[in-house]
Amino acid sequence: MLKNTLIALVIAVLAYMFYNVYNTYETRTSLSGVAEYYATNAAKEVGAANIVTSIVVTYRGFDTLGEVTILFLTASIISFFLKLKEEDENKSIKHGITSELLITASQVLVPIIFLFGIYVFINGHLTPGGGFQGGAIIATGVALMIMANPNIRINNHVIHWVESISGVAFVIVGLFGIVLAGGFLDNRISGLGEFGTLFSAGAIPIIYSFIGLKVGAEISNILNKYQKSQKEL
Amino acid sequence: MEQLDLGHISLAIGFLLILIGFWGLLTQKNIIKIIVAFTILDTGINILIVSLGYIVGKTAPIVDNSVEQLENHNVVNSIVDPVPQALVLTAIVIGFGVTALMLAYAMKLFNAKKTLEINKFNDLKW
Repeated sequence: MLKNTLIALVIAVLAYMFYNVYNTYETRTSLSGVAEYYATNAAKEVGAANIVTSIVVTYRGFDTLGEVTILFLTASIISFFLKLKEEDENKSIKHGITSELLITASQVLVPIIFLFGIYVFINGHLTPGGGFQGGAIIATGVALMIMANPNIRINNHVIHWVESISGVAFVIVGLFGIVLAGGFLDNRISGLGEFGTLFSAGAIPIIYSFIGLKVGAEISNILNKYQKSQKEL
Repeated sequence: MEQLDLGHISLAIGFLLILIGFWGLLTQKNIIKIIVAFTILDTGINILIVSLGYIVGKTAPIVDNSVEQLENHNVVNSIVDPVPQALVLTAIVIGFGVTALMLAYAMKLFNAKKTLEINKFNDLKW
């Protein structure tokens, strides 16, 4: 009883604080200083039509490198916790009959989902999308494959190599920025290209493709670990 | 009553989701339900951050035909604030990582005790 009262009290105090913030909040009518700088100069300096992408990959590129590291750490810790033995990798899970609809749909949809994920991360500098979103879409394709066939064998070596190579390539493209342009992760290593076309914005499509492959491989790896390490009751 | 704009609506939705998430975290006993409550809280905070960058009557920060067709014909006068959106991308990725780790721990806990009720995990209670 006391516990429920305390919980209600905490929620009520939070709700009161939020209500006051909501009442006094006024929607802004102009950009703040740093956003105004980005809006004025991003198209000229970076050459990407999507200003959010130019902030994520170029102006705050170091932050994105940190994000990729966080995802890598998550995948490593999960691999450490849900350690697979040889027998776990090869055992076959007893499961009910998988629906015919799901199996057929996965055969038709998985290639299209992969293609859409690749489209999203290659066009990250033109459309609302990017490496993280594209990688997540690719992983949904892997999730569909696992659901359609719970005993599917996902090749760990391919996933690890894709993940390692794209991670190293991201840093190497960043290092090229020091040699050929203004600094680490600078995207002007080649010409900026024509604004608004696929081959524009210098290194951004390359970096985002590597991020997309890396994120897709990492999430697929996590899904595979979850699937393989479950025990039967 | 004054006219509601998108900024206020998304602010209200964000606050509501945060409250639901906190309530779930404090009251639920099942570990999976606690994780779901955590992701709701996470989503609420993300909506809140994006809504703080909203500017009345402006469009998405992508420079293409839709921006150039606006009457004032100026990027600064036609887009919403892109910085909160870029920061929310970071927040979403970290939220994903934390959720994935929590699910892995939940699997380990279930394997240890064959239950997900949080009251059964009383080894450290005296």
